[in-house]
Amino acid sequence: MNLESGIMNVQFSKEKLNKVSEIIKRYPQGKQKSALLPILHLAQDEFGGWLDTPVMDYIATLLQIEPIEVYEVASFYSMYNLKPVGKYLFEVCQTGPCMLNGSDQIIDYIKRKLNIAVGDTTADGLFTLKTVECLGACGYAPMMQLGKTYREHLTKEKVDAIVEECRNKAAINN
Amino acid sequence: MAKKLLLDKADVSGIRTYEVYRREGGYRSVEKALKMSTADIVEEVKKSGLRGRGGAGFPTGMKWSFLAKPEGIARYLVCNADESEPGTFKDRYLMEFIPHLLIEGMIVASFALGSNNSYIYIRGEYAWITDILETAIAEARQNGFLGKNILGSGFDCEMYVQRGAGAYICGEETALIESLEGKRGNPRIKPPFPAIKGLWDCPTVVNNVETLAAVVPIINEGGEEYAKIGVGKSTGTKLISACGNINKPGIFEIDMTISVEEFIFSDEYCGGIPNGKRLKACIPGGSSVPILPANLLLTTAKGEKRLMNYESLSDGGFATGSMMGSGGFIVLDEDQCVVRNTMTLARFYHHESCGQCSPCREGTGWMERILKKIENGKGEMKDIDLLWDIQRKIEGNTICPLGDAAAWPVAAAIRHFRDEFEWHVLNPEKCLTENFGLRHYADPIHVPVTA
Ligand SMILES: Cc1cc2nc3c(=O)[nH]c(=O)nc-3n(C[C@H](O)[C@H](O)[C@H](O)COP(=O)(O)O)c2cc1C
Ligand code: SF4
Ligand code: FES
Repeated sequence: MNLESGIMNVQFSKEKLNKVSEIIKRYPQGKQKSALLPILHLAQDEFGGWLDTPVMDYIATLLQIEPIEVYEVASFYSMYNLKPVGKYLFEVCQTGPCMLNGSDQIIDYIKRKLNIAVGDTTADGLFTLKTVECLGACGYAPMMQLGKTYREHLTKEKVDAIVEECRNKAAINN
Repeated sequence: MAKKLLLDKADVSGIRTYEVYRREGGYRSVEKALKMSTADIVEEVKKSGLRGRGGAGFPTGMKWSFLAKPEGIARYLVCNADESEPGTFKDRYLMEFIPHLLIEGMIVASFALGSNNSYIYIRGEYAWITDILETAIAEARQNGFLGKNILGSGFDCEMYVQRGAGAYICGEETALIESLEGKRGNPRIKPPFPAIKGLWDCPTVVNNVETLAAVVPIINEGGEEYAKIGVGKSTGTKLISACGNINKPGIFEIDMTISVEEFIFSDEYCGGIPNGKRLKACIPGGSSVPILPANLLLTTAKGEKRLMNYESLSDGGFATGSMMGSGGFIVLDEDQCVVRNTMTLARFYHHESCGQCSPCREGTGWMERILKKIENGKGEMKDIDLLWDIQRKIEGNTICPLGDAAAWPVAAAIRHFRDEFEWHVLNPEKCLTENFGLRHYADPIHVPVTA
C-alpha cells in the first residue's frame, strides 16, 4: 500500500470488503449511501489514519455515489482527517467543564512536552496534538481521546505515562 | 435513598452480559409488551407522563401517537445517542454499563411503533461503546429477542448501531436523520416533522437513550405507578450528569423532588465543592441553558427552594430561572471566571454551527471573538452591548435551535454577571492574572415581583 506514489490501487482487503457488504445490508435497497459514515471510519482505520483523495474516490465507487458526495461528508465531520496525522493523535477537550478542571494547563503541558503547537505533528511523526470540543466525559475531566479510548482525569504525570506508553508501542512495532 | 428505576442494577457484576441481565429480570417488559396491543403500550407511556430526556422534554407518549401510519410504508425508530451537549454524559453511562436496558426499551418501542429496523445513532467518539452495544444486540438476537418472529409474536425486528463522526449538530433530530442517510448534518426545515417524513422520507420517531430506557420500568410497573414518582409534570426518575467543581462528579439517578441545594451539597449526590470553596454559579441542564448565580440557583425569585425538576428549574423564565435541559449539571466555584467559561461555550457553538443560516454561522463566530477579546483584557464597554445585540439577533432567526442554544448562555451570562464583564474591561491587566471571584453572587437577593 503506497498512496503517495499512486502506484498501487487503493483496495480494501477481502475481509474488509465483507464488512462493507455487511454494513450496506443494514439499510433498505438503494439506500447504500447511508453506509458512508461507517465506511469512512473503516477506511481511515485501514489507510493510515486519514482520508486521501484516492481513498475517497474508491469509497465513492464502492457505494456507487459521486466523489463529491464523499468529499462533502468527509469535510463536514471533525473525526475524519483530511491531512496526515501522527501515529498517536492526542485530542484534548477544551470546552467549559474540562476548562473548569484544568484542561488549559494540560494542553500547555503537552505542547511543551512534545514541543509542538496545537494542530502540529512531532518531527518523528509519532504525535499530533489537537484540541477538540466536549467529548462527553465532562465528569472525568481533564481528558483526551486517544484512538478508540478515552484517557480521563489527566495530570502531568498521566500525560508523561501516556507519551511513554505510545513511544514503547511504536518501538515494538518497528 | 431515592428509588432507582434505570440504574438499580447497574452495579451488579456482569450486568453488561445478557445472561446476568436476564437473570436479574431483564427483558420481562418485552415478554409483557408483545402480548399487549400497540395502542395499549402507547397509552401506558402516555399515562406515565414520561417527557423526552434529550433536552426538549416533549411528552413521549404524545410523540409516539403522532407517528403517521400510511399503508405499506416502513416506519422507523431511531435512538439518539449522539450526546454532545457540554456537561452531558449520562447516556454514555447507561449504554456502557447496562446496554441491554436500552435494547430492551427499544424492542418495546419498536413493537409499539411498528419499526422492523431500528437504529441507534451514537456519537463517533464513543467507539468502544459501539462495540459494547453490538455485542449486546448479538446476544439479544441469539436469545430470540431480536430477529424474526420475536418470542413467537410474529413481530420482526433488527437493530443496528450507526456511528457518527464528530458533529454536535447531529444530535438535532433532523440533522441526525440526514447524517444517517450518509449526508452532512444539516438540519431540515420543519415541518414536515420526522413523524410524517423522517428517515428516507418515512415516518420516524427519534428518542433519546434515557427516554427509551425508561420505557422498560413503565411497561413493567405500569404507567400510573411510574407517574407516582416525582412531582407535577416531572414524573419518574431523571439521570443527571454532574461535573465541574464538585467532590463527586458522575451520574445520579434522582427522584425529581429533591432540592438543588441537597443535590450539590449532600454526600448522596455531588458531595459539595472541593477545598471548602463556595458556590458561585451553575449551569443546571447542559451548556445551552442559562447560567444562574448561586443565589438564584438555590432559591427562586419568589424565595422558594429550587428543586431539581422541569418546573422548578425554569421558574422565573429566563429572567431569573433556567432549564432542566439534558440534565448536564455544571458547577462553578468561587475561583471560576464566568467570562472565560462563556467564551469556551461560544467557541463550542461556533465550531459546531453547521453553517446553513447566516445569523448562526456568523453570529457564533462574532460572539466567540468578542468574548476572547474581553477575556484577554482587550474589551471595551460597548463590546458587552454588542454581544447582547448579537445574541438577541440570533435567537429565533435560525432553522434549528442550535442558534438559540448558542445565544442563551451568552445572554444569561451578561444578564446575571454583567459586573464581571465590566470588571474585565475596567481591569485589563488584572483580569489576566486574577479572577473577579464570588462577590455578591451568593448574597440573598430581593427581586421585584414584576421581574
Ligand atoms: C443542537 C441540538 C443538539 C441536540 N443534541 C441532542 C443529543 O445529543 N441527544 C438527544 O437525545 N437529543 C438531542 N437534541 C434533541 C433532539 O433534537 C430531539 O429532540 C430528541 O432526540 C428527542 O428525543 P426525546 O424526545 O426522547 O428527548 C438536540 C437538539 C438540538 C437542537
Ligand atoms: S441554526 Fe446553526 S446549526 Fe442550526 S441549521 Fe442554522 S446554521 Fe445550522
Ligand atoms: S467538556 Fe470536556 S468532555 Fe465535556
